[in-house]
Amino acid sequence: MNGPQDLGGQMGFGPIAPEPDEPLFHAAWEKRAMGMTVAAGTMGQWTIDESRFQRESLAPADYYASSYYEIWIKALEELLERHGFVDASELSSGRANGPGAKPKRVLQASEVEAVLAKGFACDRPVEAQPRFAVGDRVRTANRHPETHTRLPRYARDKIGTVEAVHGGYVFPDANAHGGGEAPQHLYSVVFDGRTLWGADSKPGLTVSIDAWESYLEPAG
Amino acid sequence: MGHDHDNDLDPMTARVRALETILVEKGLVEAAAIDAIVETYEHKVGPRNGAKVVAKAWADPKFAGWLAEDATAAIASLGYTGRQGEHMRAVFNSPEQHHLVVCTLCSCYPWSVLGLPPVWYKSPPYRSRAVIDPRGVLAEFGVELLADTQIRVWDSTAELRYLVVPMRPAGTENLDEEGLADLVTRDSMIGTGLALSPGAKA
Repeated sequence: MNGPQDLGGQMGFGPIAPEPDEPLFHAAWEKRAMGMTVAAGTMGQWTIDESRFQRESLAPADYYASSYYEIWIKALEELLERHGFVDASELSSGRANGPGAKPKRVLQASEVEAVLAKGFACDRPVEAQPRFAVGDRVRTANRHPETHTRLPRYARDKIGTVEAVHGGYVFPDANAHGGGEAPQHLYSVVFDGRTLWGADSKPGLTVSIDAWESYLEPAG
Repeated sequence: MGHDHDNDLDPMTARVRALETILVEKGLVEAAAIDAIVETYEHKVGPRNGAKVVAKAWADPKFAGWLAEDATAAIASLGYTGRQGEHMRAVFNSPEQHHLVVCTLCSCYPWSVLGLPPVWYKSPPYRSRAVIDPRGVLAEFGVELLADTQIRVWDSTAELRYLVVPMRPAGTENLDEEGLADLVTRDSMIGTGLALSPGAKA
């Protein structure tokens, strides 16, 4: 979706202002927010793609006014509610009304080390041969779905070159919306800075994205 | 959304505490599991992991070759695996080309080798400017590249996670891997910094 998350090339956000000796967390609640989001994700009730879509679905004014862990918590509340694990009255009272839906799994403390070290691989076999090869010129799609996509606006309808063919990966545009993993071949596609940003772009800049096959068409 | 019972707390503290209370009461999340996750990223998984990968690549050309070919396996051989590092790619800076990593769409970052991302990496100023004005971004970090150095920006739009291998500084011939790793800053592995020179400190 053309939401607040799609930031590449936008202007006016001010300096980056990296914080010297930045602490890992800026408040105790951030630790709980991070840990709770990761733990709740392991219930297996929603995909990482759905959780990303939930975050980018925040109203733009809310998204930009929120710190990153605030965005995570707001999205987590929505995900829990949508999947029937909590209801609005519980969120406003801060107390459970009673038992809710049973998740597929509940992460135990003793499992954390192994679960985090294993991770959640999302490469998948795809039977079809890749449509594109290294060196192919491709044009990215000019599509503006209201649903989740990982093709940023600045890289739509642009001609680039395939630089790497990575094999099959879960397709977020489907997986975020209950469409299953629907894996597709994934490619790194590189663009010249002037293709993306026009003649004023400083020479010597290239930008690459990782693009699923259905984002791409041959560009002759 | 009101949290009357917690109105002495700041809003996010109250909100997160309420949510955790609900989830624990309902048996959806174990508080000790949250503790263990936090502990992992506070004490076990952080940029020292990535620094050891880079130091080994500097010291051992065979490892550097493996890292370029199959970063996931090469990094796993040092014991660094897992969440947000399942599919790794290493990109090597050279005198001709400097690499910079961003996630314009969210905050994708190689947790297994760098830990949790800093706030600036997740925030709109960096995410918006890195792809259109990387030299301006680098200047904010005090990095000035030569005018003819090419810049490649990697927008992490899929589940591949990118680790920048900075150039090995001069005057480090006598350092062992441990000493080399001390020169590898977190920012140098994102591309917003360079490796330190011996004797310098971040």
